[in-house]
Amino acid sequence: MSYSAGENMITAGVDIGAKFVKIVVLNDSKVASKGMALGGFDQKTSSLELFKKLLTEAGADEKDISFVVATGAGKEEFPKAHDKVTEVTADSKGANVLHPSARTVISVGAEEGRAIRCDEQGKVVDFAINEKCAAGAGAFTEAMARALEVNVEELGALSLQSNNAVPMNAQCAVFAESEVVSLVHAGTTKEDIARAIHDAIASRISSMARRLSIEKDVVLIGGVANNKGFIESLKRDLQMDIFVPEDPEYVSALGAACIAHERASAKEGG
Amino acid sequence: MAKKYQTAPLKIWEKAKQLRQEYYDNFKNAHEKGAIRWAGGAWAFDAVPYGLGDDVYPLTGEPYGASTAWNSDFSLRCLEAAEKAGYARDLCSYMRNYWGSILLNKFTFGGEFPKPDFMWQAHICCSHAKWYQVAKELEGGKIPYFCVDVAVGPYDTMDENKVQYIVNQLLDGIDWMEKVTGRTYNDNKLIEAVKNETIAMSTWAEICNLNKNIPAPLDEKSMYSLYVFGVLMKSSKKVVNLYKDLKLEMEERVKNQIAAVGNEQCRIMTDTQPPWAFLDIFRYMEKFGCVSVGSLYTFGLTGMWEVKEDGSWGPKTTPMTKGISMRNREEALRVLVEWNLAKPEWQHFYDPALKSEMMIKIAKEWKLNGVILHYNRGCEGLSLGIAENRLALMKAGYPVMTFEGNMGDEREFDKARTMARFDAFMETLNMKKLED
Repeated sequence: MSYSAGENMITAGVDIGAKFVKIVVLNDSKVASKGMALGGFDQKTSSLELFKKLLTEAGADEKDISFVVATGAGKEEFPKAHDKVTEVTADSKGANVLHPSARTVISVGAEEGRAIRCDEQGKVVDFAINEKCAAGAGAFTEAMARALEVNVEELGALSLQSNNAVPMNAQCAVFAESEVVSLVHAGTTKEDIARAIHDAIASRISSMARRLSIEKDVVLIGGVANNKGFIESLKRDLQMDIFVPEDPEYVSALGAACIAHERASAKEGG
Repeated sequence: MAKKYQTAPLKIWEKAKQLRQEYYDNFKNAHEKGAIRWAGGAWAFDAVPYGLGDDVYPLTGEPYGASTAWNSDFSLRCLEAAEKAGYARDLCSYMRNYWGSILLNKFTFGGEFPKPDFMWQAHICCSHAKWYQVAKELEGGKIPYFCVDVAVGPYDTMDENKVQYIVNQLLDGIDWMEKVTGRTYNDNKLIEAVKNETIAMSTWAEICNLNKNIPAPLDEKSMYSLYVFGVLMKSSKKVVNLYKDLKLEMEERVKNQIAAVGNEQCRIMTDTQPPWAFLDIFRYMEKFGCVSVGSLYTFGLTGMWEVKEDGSWGPKTTPMTKGISMRNREEALRVLVEWNLAKPEWQHFYDPALKSEMMIKIAKEWKLNGVILHYNRGCEGLSLGIAENRLALMKAGYPVMTFEGNMGDEREFDKARTMARFDAFMETLNMKKLED
C-alpha cells in the first residue's frame, strides 16, 4: 500500500468496525504500520492500545502525529481523532488510492454491506447500504460456518470445490441458518452448502449494488473480501471481473489515513 | 456559534394546536350535542358531507393513523391487536392503527373509540378500497358505508365522461346521506364548502411557494403540523382563515429573512409520510444546516398547483377567480371533482413519471441540494414507483438518499442506521456538521 503526497508527516486512519479495530499509520506517503485488534465491548480502550502499539512500530510518538481521522460504526469512540468521516467516504477514498480506476466499491464487513459509486477522485456519487439484516455481511458467513461446523477460512475453500448450485434464501440470517440445517439433513454436501451460502450473500450484495448502476472497475473490500468462495460467487453473479486489493479489511482505515494526510497537508499549506 | 439567519417560533402555533384539538374533541363529543359523526379517508370529497349542516364532524383515517403512530406505545398495542385479529403486518400501517383502535375500543385522543354515524370513502388505493369495509365489520356491521370509485386515470387524460362518472356517484352519495341521516341536504352549504376547499388548498400552495426563498421560512417538520388541516377538514372556513394568517406570517418571515433553520446551508426535500414516531430525525438534519423545505407529499396533498405562464409551478387559480359558476349541486360537485382529480399527490397512482416530473420541478425551483426518499413500507399507495422516482431524480442531477421505514409502525424503522446513512449523504454533499 502506498499513497503519495507531502513529506515527513505522520497521519493515521482509525476504522472502528462492528467487530474489529483497524488502524493504518502513514509516514508521508508510505504505510509505516498497520494492525488490527478485536474491538470487544470497550472499543475505546482496544483502539487506543492498538494506536499506541502501531505508533511505536512506526517509530513515532503521539506528539509527532499531524492528523488522525476516525471512521467506522464506532468512530465516536476514538478520543484522539481530529476529524471523523463516514465509512462510505473512507471506503471510497481507500479504494480509489489503491485502484484509481475503481468506479464501484463493494464493501462487506462484519455487520454491514455497502455499495458505493465514486468518481475518478474517489468522491462518492451514490451509495446503498444493506437494510436491517446481517444476511449480506460477514456475521452471516460466521453463523453459517458454525452451522456447518467448519471455520470461516475453510468455508471459502470448501465452496470452491463445489460444481453444483443449490438455491438458498438469504433474506434473513436466522432463516438461512435453518435452511442450512435442512440442507445438511437432506444429505447435501458441505461443499455445495458452502457455495449456496456464498451465492446467497453474493446475490443480496449484487442486487444492492445494481441499484446504483454498476460501473467498472468494481473493487471489493472489507473483511469478507478475504473469502475466496464469496469472491467467486460475486463474480458469477455480477458477471464481471472484480478487483480485490491486498489486505482488503484495511482499505477503510487507509482511506481515513489518506484523508487525514490531505487535511494535514492543507493545514500546513495554510 | 452565531447563526447565519435569525429564527423565531411560529406565531400561528397555538391557534393551530387549538384547532386540531377542537377537531378531535368535536368528533368525540358530537353525540352529546346531537351532532353527526362521519368517518372516512382524507381524500374522500369531504366537502360533500358539509351539506348536511354545520354540526357534522369528520374523523379522517390517515391523520388519525399518523397521530396514533406518534404515540408509539399505544400504536404498538393497536398494531398487535390488528395482527391478533388476523390482519397481515404488511398492510397499510395507518389502517392497522385505525382498526386496532376499534378493536381495543380506545381513541388516541382519550376515551372510547367514537362510533361514526356513517362512513364516506373514496377508492384511491387498494388499502382505501378495503379500509372502511373492514372498519364497518369491526364496528358490528351496521354503520352505513358509501364508497366512491375514483379510478379514472391521471389528470392529463381527463375527459367529460370521467368527471361525470364521479359526479354521478357523489349525487347518489348525497341522496344516500339524506337517507341514512334523516337530514335535508343544503346545497348552499355544499357550495360554500367547495369554495373553502379550493381557497384553502390554493393558499397552502402559496405558503409552500414562499419556501422557494433562501432562507426557507418554514421547515418540513413544522409543515407536518400545519398541512394536516388540509387532510382533516380542508372545506372548513376555519382552515381557510388559519392558512390566510399563516401565509401572512410566512410573508413577514421572508421579508425579514427569518429562517426555519438558522444555519441553512443545504436544502432538501423528502417524499411520502415520514416515520411519525421519529420526527426528531429532522432536528438531526438541522445540525448540518440542512433544511427540508417540503416534499411533493406536503406540497401536493394539501396544496393545489398549476404551471404558470413562465413555466414555474405556482398555486392553482381558484374556480371563483376563473369565474366558473357554482349555482347548484351538480355544478359544485363538478368543480369539486375536477379540482380533486388535479391533485399532485394523486397522479403517481397511474404513472411514476408524472410524479418524477413534479419532483424534479420542485428540486429545481426550490433550489435543492439533494433529495431523501423514504421507502415507506407502511404505505403501498404513496410508495408506489418511488424507486423509479429515485432514478429520474438522479438522472436529472440530484443526489438521492433512500432509507427504509414505516410511517405508522415503529418496528420497521432503524433510527441509528438512518442517521448514520444521513451522515454519509451529507458528506457526499460536502456538508459538515455545524453542531453536536
